[in-house]
Amino acid sequence: MSTAPSSSKSQERIGVYVCHCGSNIAGLVDVKDVAQWAGRELAEDGVVIARDYQFMCSNLGQELIEADIKEQGLTRVVVAACSPHLHEATFRTACQRAGLNPYLCEMVSIREQVSWVHTDRDLATAKAKALIAGGVERVAWHEPLEPLIVPINPTTLVVGGGIAGIQAALEIADSGYPVILVEREPSIGGHMAQFDKTFPTLDCAACILTPKMVAVGSHPNITLLTYSEVERVDGYVGSFLVTIRKKARYVNAETCTGCGLCIEKCPVRVVDEVFEAGLGYRKAVYRSFPQAVPKYPVIDTEHCTYFQRGKCKACQIFCPTQPKSINFEQKDEIIQVEVGNIILATGYELFDCRRIPQYGYGRLANVYTSLEFERLCNAAGPTGGEVVLRDGVTKPKTVGIIHCVGSRDSKYNSYCSVICCMQSLKFAHLVKERTGAEVYNFYIDMRTPFKDYDEFYQKVLAEGVHFVRGRVAEVTDAARHPGEEGKIIVQVEDTLIGRQRRIPVDMVILSAALEPRRDAQEVAHKFGIACSANGWFIEKHPKLDPVATMTEGIFIAGCAQGPKDIPATVAQGAAAAARVIGRIHQGHLALEPVRASVIAERCSGCRICNNLCPFNAISFREDLGVTEINPALCQGCGTCVAACPAGAITGTQFSNEQVFAQIEGLLMLDFSGAPRGAAVRMLEPALS
Amino acid sequence: MKYGYYPGCSLERNAIAYHESAMAVAPLLGIEFVEVEDWNCCGATEYMSVHMLPAYALIGRNLALAAQHQLNGKPRLVAPCSACFLNLAKTDKYMAEDPRLARLVNEALAAGGLHYKPGSVQVRHLLHIIVEDVGYEAVAAKVVKPLYNLRVAPYYGCLIVRPTLQQPFDNPEYPTSLDRLLRVLGAKVVDFPVKTHCCGGHMTQISEETALELIRRLLKNAADYGADMIVTLCPMCQLNLDGYQEQVNRRFGTDYRIPVLYFTQLMGLAFGLPPEILGFGKEFVDAGPALAKIGAEPPPPEKKERPPKEALPMPAMPAER
Amino acid sequence: MSESERFEPLIIGFTCNWCSYRAADLAGTSRMKYPPNVRLIRLMCSGRLDPTFVLKALANGADGVLITGCHPGECHYLEQNYKAMRRYYLLRAMLTQMGIEPERVRLVWASAAEGARFAEEVTRMVEDVRRLGPLNWPAIAADGAEPAASRNGHGPAAAAETAPVVPEEAKP
Repeated sequence: MSTAPSSSKSQERIGVYVCHCGSNIAGLVDVKDVAQWAGRELAEDGVVIARDYQFMCSNLGQELIEADIKEQGLTRVVVAACSPHLHEATFRTACQRAGLNPYLCEMVSIREQVSWVHTDRDLATAKAKALIAGGVERVAWHEPLEPLIVPINPTTLVVGGGIAGIQAALEIADSGYPVILVEREPSIGGHMAQFDKTFPTLDCAACILTPKMVAVGSHPNITLLTYSEVERVDGYVGSFLVTIRKKARYVNAETCTGCGLCIEKCPVRVVDEVFEAGLGYRKAVYRSFPQAVPKYPVIDTEHCTYFQRGKCKACQIFCPTQPKSINFEQKDEIIQVEVGNIILATGYELFDCRRIPQYGYGRLANVYTSLEFERLCNAAGPTGGEVVLRDGVTKPKTVGIIHCVGSRDSKYNSYCSVICCMQSLKFAHLVKERTGAEVYNFYIDMRTPFKDYDEFYQKVLAEGVHFVRGRVAEVTDAARHPGEEGKIIVQVEDTLIGRQRRIPVDMVILSAALEPRRDAQEVAHKFGIACSANGWFIEKHPKLDPVATMTEGIFIAGCAQGPKDIPATVAQGAAAAARVIGRIHQGHLALEPVRASVIAERCSGCRICNNLCPFNAISFREDLGVTEINPALCQGCGTCVAACPAGAITGTQFSNEQVFAQIEGLLMLDFSGAPRGAAVRMLEPALS
Repeated sequence: MKYGYYPGCSLERNAIAYHESAMAVAPLLGIEFVEVEDWNCCGATEYMSVHMLPAYALIGRNLALAAQHQLNGKPRLVAPCSACFLNLAKTDKYMAEDPRLARLVNEALAAGGLHYKPGSVQVRHLLHIIVEDVGYEAVAAKVVKPLYNLRVAPYYGCLIVRPTLQQPFDNPEYPTSLDRLLRVLGAKVVDFPVKTHCCGGHMTQISEETALELIRRLLKNAADYGADMIVTLCPMCQLNLDGYQEQVNRRFGTDYRIPVLYFTQLMGLAFGLPPEILGFGKEFVDAGPALAKIGAEPPPPEKKERPPKEALPMPAMPAER
Repeated sequence: MSESERFEPLIIGFTCNWCSYRAADLAGTSRMKYPPNVRLIRLMCSGRLDPTFVLKALANGADGVLITGCHPGECHYLEQNYKAMRRYYLLRAMLTQMGIEPERVRLVWASAAEGARFAEEVTRMVEDVRRLGPLNWPAIAADGAEPAASRNGHGPAAAAETAPVVPEEAKP
C-alpha cells in the first residue's frame, strides 16, 4: 500500500487567491494573513504568488488571475472562496481564457466551510490555511482534461400527458423536433380535463384544453403512447434508451373508428374512480371522456365479464368494423425508444380526505372532495352540471367550503397547496351561480396572489359569500338542536370574533391538498433524480434553475415539482421545452470529464469491479483478459477505483494521488494553525 | 404478560363492575395483574386545579411504588380508569420534561423514603394493552358467544386520546380501536361522531346545567344512531351517562333508556363467562332488555338497498375489519 | 478542567459531491455553527472512498475520520453508498484488529437538505473523538509501517522524526 504521492510534480507554479467575499469571509477570517502565509509557507510546495481580493468572482478578480497566469506563467490555480458548486465554473472559465486548462484550477470553500459556520477568528483563520494547504497539495496532481462531448439525440421523451406535458410536447414539436409523449391513463388531458371552469377568468377548462389535446393527437412530430408506462431508463444525456410498456387495450388502434358502439353495448357499469373521481360510472370498455385523445377505448379486464367469467363478448359482437377491432388476445407490448432528453410532467395526486375522519368524508354522504365537486358542476359530468346532493336530485340551500384540508397542517402536509384558496373561491361563485345557496368559506389565511386573483376574491365577496376565518374542528351530523336536524354541522372557531360557531349546511366541499404521486419516489429513482422530504421532484436550483434537475438531460415541469396553478404549470412546461430545444440546437453537450479508466497493464482480470457499476459501464474483455470501462456510460462515481485491489483503475479529478496529497495538506497545520510536527496538539484551556 | 395494576378509587366503589369484569377476562387473555401495594388517590380531575404540586406528588408516589415492581424489563403499569391513566401518564411526562418539577416531587416523596425517576414506568390504559399487547386476533380466538344483533355506540371520552401523551395510540380526533374490538366481539358498531366529546366530568357537582346538556348530547346521538347501549372505558363517563340519565330525561322531557356498560363486561359475555362475575346488575339503566337482543345466530347480511338511479355513488371506504 | 476536555482533535471528513457536500454548503448558507476541527475532502461519491484514504488520514495525524454520503436509496449513483457502507464495516473490523478504537471512524448519511443534521453530526463526532483522546498514530506508525516520506515533509515517516507526541508532556 503506497499512500504517499511521489515528489515528481513539485515543480508546478501555483497561484493562490483568497477571496474576501465582501465581509462574508473577511469578517471572520484574516484573509490578508492567510494569503501572506500561503505565499510564504507554501512556497516550497510550488506557490509563487498568493493574493487576497475583495470579490474574486468579479470581472476584476478574474482578470487578476488571468493576468497572473499570463505574466507569472502559473501552471496551477487555487481559489479560496465560496463553495465550488457556486463558482467552480467561473474560475475554470477564467483559467481557460488565459490559456490554462480549466481543470488545473481547484476551489477551496472557506465561506460555507469556515467563515459562515465558525465563530472564533483565530481558529477560523487557521482552518482556512489548512484547507488552502490541502488545495495546493492537491492541485499539483491535477491533470489537464478535455470535457467529454456527447451528441444530443433530437428526439425528446415527455412523461405525463397533463397540461404541463402537453405544453412541453407541443412547444418542442412545433419547433420541428420529434417528441414521444407517454401517458399512463387511456387518454391525455390530466387533471385539467376533469375541471369545469378555471380561475380567475372562469374559462371553460375543456374549451381551452381540448384544442391542445387534438393538436397533440394529430401533430406529425408527436408519437403519442397512451395507456403506457416507462419501465426502465438506460444511457445518459444525449442518448437515453427508454423501455416503455404499452399496456394491452384489447382494442386495435389501426382499425377502431372510435364509434363508441362497444361502450354502448357493454353491460357492465362500474364506478369511475379516475376521471369521474368516484362520482360517476363508466362501462368495462370505456373511454375516459368523450373528447378523449386518442379516441379509441380500452377494456378494463378487472371488471369485464369476458375476462372474469369467459362469457359475453358483447363489445366484439357489436363492433361494426371489419376486421373486428376488439381483440381479447392482445398482449402488453414492450418497446424501446432512443431519446436525447426527458421531461417529467407526472403531476399530483389529491389528498385522501378519509385520512381526516372528523371531516366526515366517506361517512357523511354530502361531504365532497374538490375533485368530486369539479365533476359535479361540470356540464359533461355525472349530473350534467347540476349542483346537487348525493341523492342526485336535491339542490343544497347552504354550502360550506373548507380550505386547507390536508395542507398547512403539521399532521399531514405542512406546505401550502397553492391552488386551494382560488379554487374554493371559484367553487363559492359556481355554487351561488348554479343554486343561489348561501355559501360559507372556512379559511385560515386568504392567499390570492398573481394577476387578477385578488380581484376575483373581491368579486366573490361582493356576491355575498360568507367568510369565516378559522380551522374547522369537525364536520358532523350529530345534531344538538332541532335546527340542526338533518343537516351537516360545521364546528369552527371563528378567530375574528373569538367564538366557537356551529354552522348547519346541506353540503360540504373539502378543498383537498395536492400531494406527490404515490409512486413519485420510485419514478424519481427510475430516472435518476431525487425527491424532497415532501416527495416532490427536486429542481436543480429553486430560483435560478427551476425545471432542470441534478441529472443531465432530465427536466421536470408542473405539479410533479410542487403544487402550482395552471398558468405556472403551462409556463414550466414551456420552460422545460425551451431548455430541451436549446440543447438540441447545440447538437452536443460538454460533460465533466470525471471518468474512470483501466490501466490494462496493471489489470489482473480479477473482475472484482465488474459487478460494482450500476450504469453497466464496466465489461470484461475475454479476448484480452482485462476489464474495460466505457467512458460514455461511466458517471464518474469512483466506486470501482476504490475497489480495484491492483490499483489498476484511475479516476480523473479524484485520483488516489490527488486525495492523498490533499490529506497531507489538510493535516499540515494543527487545530490552532501551528505547523504540526512538534508536540503542540495539547492546547491550553479549550478556546470556547 | 405481567402488568402492574393501579385500580384507583372508582374501581373499588362505583365502577366495581369494571374491576370485576377486567379481573374476569384478564386470565383468559394471558394477562396477570399485580396490584400496586399501598397506592393512593390519583387526585382525579380537580385536585390539579386546586394545588398543582401536591397533585403531582400524589401521583408521583404511585409511580414510585409501581417502579419498585420487579417485572421483566421496564415496569408496565395499567390503569383501567381514564383519569388515573391520564394523571399517571402526564405526571411521568412532565417530570421528564421539567427537571425542576421532578426535583420538587422527589423532595416530597423523600419524606416517605421514596424516589421516582421519570420514564422508569410505562403507563398504559387497559384498552391499550388489550388491543396492542393481546391483539384483536387473540381476543377473537376467545369469543364463544358472539354479541350478534347488539348495536353499540363506542364511547372513548376525552381523556385517553389526548395527542400530547407520550405515545398517542389511536387517532386523537376519531379513534377506532374500541370500534374494532367490539366488532371482533360480534357486535354491530354504530357510527358515533361524538365518541370523544366530554361527558361533563365533575361539572355535575359544579354546574349541573352544563353537565346535563353535555350528557344529553351524547345520549341523543346514541339514540339517533339506534344504539342499544353505550360502551365505555372510563368510570367517570359511565357514572355521568348512566347515573344522570334519569335527570336528563326529567330536565329535557326526553325518555332515553340507554344502558352504559364497560367494554370488559361485553368481552366477558362474549367469552361465555357468567354475567354474575362480570358486575352486571349494578348499572342504573337496566341493561337487561338490550342484552336480551343478543342473538345466537349472526344477523343476515344487511340488504343493500339499491340506490335510486339518479343517486351518485358514495366514496369507497376501507373494508370493516 | 480535565486534560481530555482541552484536547482538540483533528478530523478529516469525506463528503460526496451530491448530498453531504451540499449539506455542508447548506449548513454554511444557514449559518449553523459547528466546531472547526473537521477538514473536508470532496469526493464524487462515498463509493469512491478507498479505505486507504482513511488509513492515510489516521497515519498522517488525524484523530478521526468522518465519512458522509447520501442516504441509502438516495445515492446520485443509485446504490454506491451501499458499497461504501460495506467497506466501512470491514474497515471498522480491521481498525479494531490494529488496536484503534473503531469509533474514530464514523459513517453518517446526510441529504442535501440536512444542513442541520450535518452540523449536529460534526459536533457530536468532535465531542466523541475528544473523549477518546489523541490517536497519536504518526508516532506509532514510525516503526516503518509506512514507506517513504512524502515530498513535503509531512508524511508519516517525517512526522515520526519530528513529532514525538507524548501525552505526558502536555499534562499540566
